[in-house]
Amino acid sequence: MNKNITIQVCMGTGGIAAGGSEVLAAFESLMREKNIPAEFKKECSMHKVGCRGLCAKDVLVDIITDDRRTIYQYIKPEMVERIIDEHVVGGNPVSEWEVAEDYHKFHEKQVKVVLSDCGNIDPEDINAYIAVDGYKAVEKVFASMTPEEVIDIMKKSGLRGRGGAGFPTGVKWEACRKAEAGQKYIICNADEGDPGAFMDRAVIEGNPHAVIEGMVVGAYAIGASKGYVYIRAEYPLAVERLKKAIKDARERGFIGKNILGKGFDFDIKIKLGAGAFVCGEETALIASIEGQRGMPRAKPPFPVHRGLWGKPTVINNVETLANIPYIIKKGHEWFSSYGTEKSKGTKVFALTGKIKNSGLIEVPMGITLKEIIYDIGGGIENGKALKAVQTGGPSGGCITTDMLDITMDYESLARVGSIVGSGGMIVLDEDDCMVNVAKYFLQFTQSESCGKCVPCRIGTKRLLEIMDRITKGAGRQGDIELLEKLSSDIKAASLCGLGQTAPNPVLSTIKYFREEYDAHLQGKCPAKACREMLTYHIIEEFCKGCGACLRACPAGAITGEKKKPHKIAPEICIKCGACFDVCKFKAVGKE
Amino acid sequence: MKKLKITIDGKTIEVPENTTVLDAAKMADIAIPTLCHHPKLTPFGGCRLCIVEIKGIPRPVTSCTTPVSEGMEVTTSNPQIEDLRKTVLELILSDHPNDCMVCEKAGDCTLQELAYFYGIRENRFAGERRIYEKKDGNPFIERDMEKCILCGRCVKVCDEVQGVGAIDFTYRGFKSKICPPYEKDLDCEFCGQCVAVCPTGALTGKQWTMKGRQMGVKEVDTVCSYCGTGCNITLHVKDNTVVRVTSKEDTWHEGWLCIKGRFGYTFINSPDRLKRPLIRTAPEGQSSPDPLSLFKEASWNEAFDLIASKLSGIKSKHGADAIGGLSSARCTNEENYIFQKFIRAAVGTNNVDHCARL
Amino acid sequence: MEKRLQGLIEDFKKNEGNIISLLQETQEAFGYIPEEAIYRFSHELDIPASNFFGVATFYSQFYLNPRGKNIITACCGTACHVKGSDRIISSLKREFSLTGEQNTTEDKKFTLEQVACVGACSIAPVVIINKKVYGKMNSDKMAKELKALKEGEDE
Repeated sequence: MNKNITIQVCMGTGGIAAGGSEVLAAFESLMREKNIPAEFKKECSMHKVGCRGLCAKDVLVDIITDDRRTIYQYIKPEMVERIIDEHVVGGNPVSEWEVAEDYHKFHEKQVKVVLSDCGNIDPEDINAYIAVDGYKAVEKVFASMTPEEVIDIMKKSGLRGRGGAGFPTGVKWEACRKAEAGQKYIICNADEGDPGAFMDRAVIEGNPHAVIEGMVVGAYAIGASKGYVYIRAEYPLAVERLKKAIKDARERGFIGKNILGKGFDFDIKIKLGAGAFVCGEETALIASIEGQRGMPRAKPPFPVHRGLWGKPTVINNVETLANIPYIIKKGHEWFSSYGTEKSKGTKVFALTGKIKNSGLIEVPMGITLKEIIYDIGGGIENGKALKAVQTGGPSGGCITTDMLDITMDYESLARVGSIVGSGGMIVLDEDDCMVNVAKYFLQFTQSESCGKCVPCRIGTKRLLEIMDRITKGAGRQGDIELLEKLSSDIKAASLCGLGQTAPNPVLSTIKYFREEYDAHLQGKCPAKACREMLTYHIIEEFCKGCGACLRACPAGAITGEKKKPHKIAPEICIKCGACFDVCKFKAVGKE
Repeated sequence: MKKLKITIDGKTIEVPENTTVLDAAKMADIAIPTLCHHPKLTPFGGCRLCIVEIKGIPRPVTSCTTPVSEGMEVTTSNPQIEDLRKTVLELILSDHPNDCMVCEKAGDCTLQELAYFYGIRENRFAGERRIYEKKDGNPFIERDMEKCILCGRCVKVCDEVQGVGAIDFTYRGFKSKICPPYEKDLDCEFCGQCVAVCPTGALTGKQWTMKGRQMGVKEVDTVCSYCGTGCNITLHVKDNTVVRVTSKEDTWHEGWLCIKGRFGYTFINSPDRLKRPLIRTAPEGQSSPDPLSLFKEASWNEAFDLIASKLSGIKSKHGADAIGGLSSARCTNEENYIFQKFIRAAVGTNNVDHCARL
Repeated sequence: MEKRLQGLIEDFKKNEGNIISLLQETQEAFGYIPEEAIYRFSHELDIPASNFFGVATFYSQFYLNPRGKNIITACCGTACHVKGSDRIISSLKREFSLTGEQNTTEDKKFTLEQVACVGACSIAPVVIINKKVYGKMNSDKMAKELKALKEGEDE
């Protein structure tokens, strides 16, 4: 009984929401109470780790003894004692709480570069990062490489921006390197605004030092002495961990004055976003760091020539930067061995929606959608049928079931009218109305329009009005054509990426699901999702007269005596769906 | 300065480096429609009307923000571009009151003119309009924000030219609005520069209301009499009454005016205005609630005779140095010159000064 | 208030002045951005009040009015949307009798906010109650949490 034991508790935002802090606290206090470290002479460490992707099974706990790793799922504090007694002390894992095959299948086809240390190391401990060769990339470039050589490696690796546009990182760095100026900046764009994408949050929460290291390498390559991380205030945990990581890195001399004694100065400041999706756009982000309203400006000039405070500036996304230390350490050949001809490396996707294994995945570019949905994701929830997969969030489009063999890379997705974008991947099933989904995204972009240019400010509003009347059963003949015309004009005439891509969900759903639009024009929502087009009624043979719907109805539209079938008065019903939600006997029908 | 050769609509021209495509087109006598652009203010690129096609760039770009580069090939008009411009205009008009019938600005409105040229009558995109019921209670500037197209010219002129910053863009998206802090009434210098640059009827002079628009209004160029700066102003005169004052952009002061020059014209047609000299008839020390009753109206010759006799009397009794002359910054150089000449040569004293020196 | 505002102004002058950071710190100190603060900053820093108002109304995280004691943030991200977040939101609105754009209850005890995405999509739908994240929310769970909050209020 002289074994080392490491206990890892998943404590990303998902893990904490499921009770991760309490589980870790339970381990700490019970281990102490039971005097385990002393009694068994075990080298015992307990720590938090960042997200490893499968948040739906949180709290996940790993127990690593010398010879094996055991992974537990859905752990609650009250389960901790049994794990300690049987597993830690007794040496027999509690097998019924271990993860099942789906957990392993979820990971089987993934290739982890960006997330390789995420979920394995304590994100709040710089030593943990250093122990896995952290900051070796910084040491390497400072010891043996010129900035031009670093840029050359980035170009050869084929790394492209992971924030959405897919611009080659090395080319961007080179342009900024060549721009003549006394002061240059590097900005990490952590304003992850796409609803349904959370890889940047997970990376910063799980391995903040990789991002910092990527920034130092980038700063050295372009010749920047100041860096900013522009991060959403909606991610308090990520902000906190990043702050600590920057402080620790400064104390260790990886950032600050005279880094590693090589005479190069570089320091990083955090700027908190204040709630504006458009600030993910480069020029708006710059305006926001300068303290102004986040309104984009026309390009050219591009930020690499005239950026923050008018100085040459490189803006890289979190995931892009987190790739960099690994590329420097393992070489561009290693990196570019993954992926397709034009899309190299891996990409992190946020796989969510109606999928069994919802979570964060990292896959080599070029993997098929089918592999993602069925092998990694485990298929559709609740035995429903897959309808479509929406990629790229509010700027993207949808992929239909007959295109599941499509490979995930910048070019293939562009060909079918969607985008990789920041990597959101929402799985939709037969209960989802495509018109409604498109309207949802449009609602989002419309409310986030900065208002500067006419096509976006007024055009998206008009698009939304048309979508709104269609989903309320008040669509007019010719509305679909009008949507198409207005969409293509907004795309062509808008100032920034927000407006230029806002109509994509509409165009894409019209292209692949036109029959759903037609059905709406004829007064039917085939998926029964558009509330205003439905009527609710009680199915008498199922109704037990429990009164739950009667109590839930905010409009007082339901009447009935106890234990007798109730009734909904259609003229009073406001179609809120509350009765449908509360009925445990499936006695509320909707048409 | 380095010159760059570019081609616009088939015309090859040479323009200085850092010229925008819009300005280059102007040099080639090619008109590009704009709403948010103003030659004296920083480019904005918001209205999207000035979009053009540039060979090698996949999407249309705004000519007001794009600098020229060597060998650039620009197309300022083709069916696709005109179609986009029409959509943009229709969108603007879908959020506009379109009450040109009663709008102060009709006939002198860039938006109206563009709608006319693009033949926009029906609107495919009719929908919700911004409704602002609260009116701004300031005394000079009518701010009808429902007519505002958010071109930002007023914000920029207030900041970049006037250095005041009384207004800014607020809120965002469809709810964007240009207003003073907390949407209060405008409280500024009331120079009215914002009024001058507004391309629609959103900003007008409160004094202009219902006084006459274009028909029957004669424009008279003159010089502002308020100070020695001598800004060129244009009086808009209807039925021998000044109804409005503007200033042209090609004047030496670039058309900028202050509150007095722009809004201080109502004295011209005021019944209280003195048009003839008055000679005091009442004895010294007497006062009256109606000051005019203390005076009698006189002819200019009577007035000059009186001044001459009084000045001569003082001079012969006390000497010329008992007299002093003070001139005004509101007079022209020539008038001031004649005045000092008169005091020195005719009166015979050097006691002459000018308010601008004090 | 006077003293805290002066402190914020000093900080602004010492650091690279930034209107957004100043407003964020102001909100941190007062829970919202008081009108008095904006005019004070404008006067002391010689920056037009219109700029402060423009920035404060652009970003959705700035509040110009005091908020409720308890803040409930409903995530409206895509995953939350397809998993029924709008039903949670409309039931919360009913619960708090909030109409139109009103988001704080009359008694200033609760504020209901909606946020685009908190990035916890795999545990959708998500509701944040006073900074604590609750995943896989449904109306029953919500009712339980609200009950606990209200009981806490009454004590």
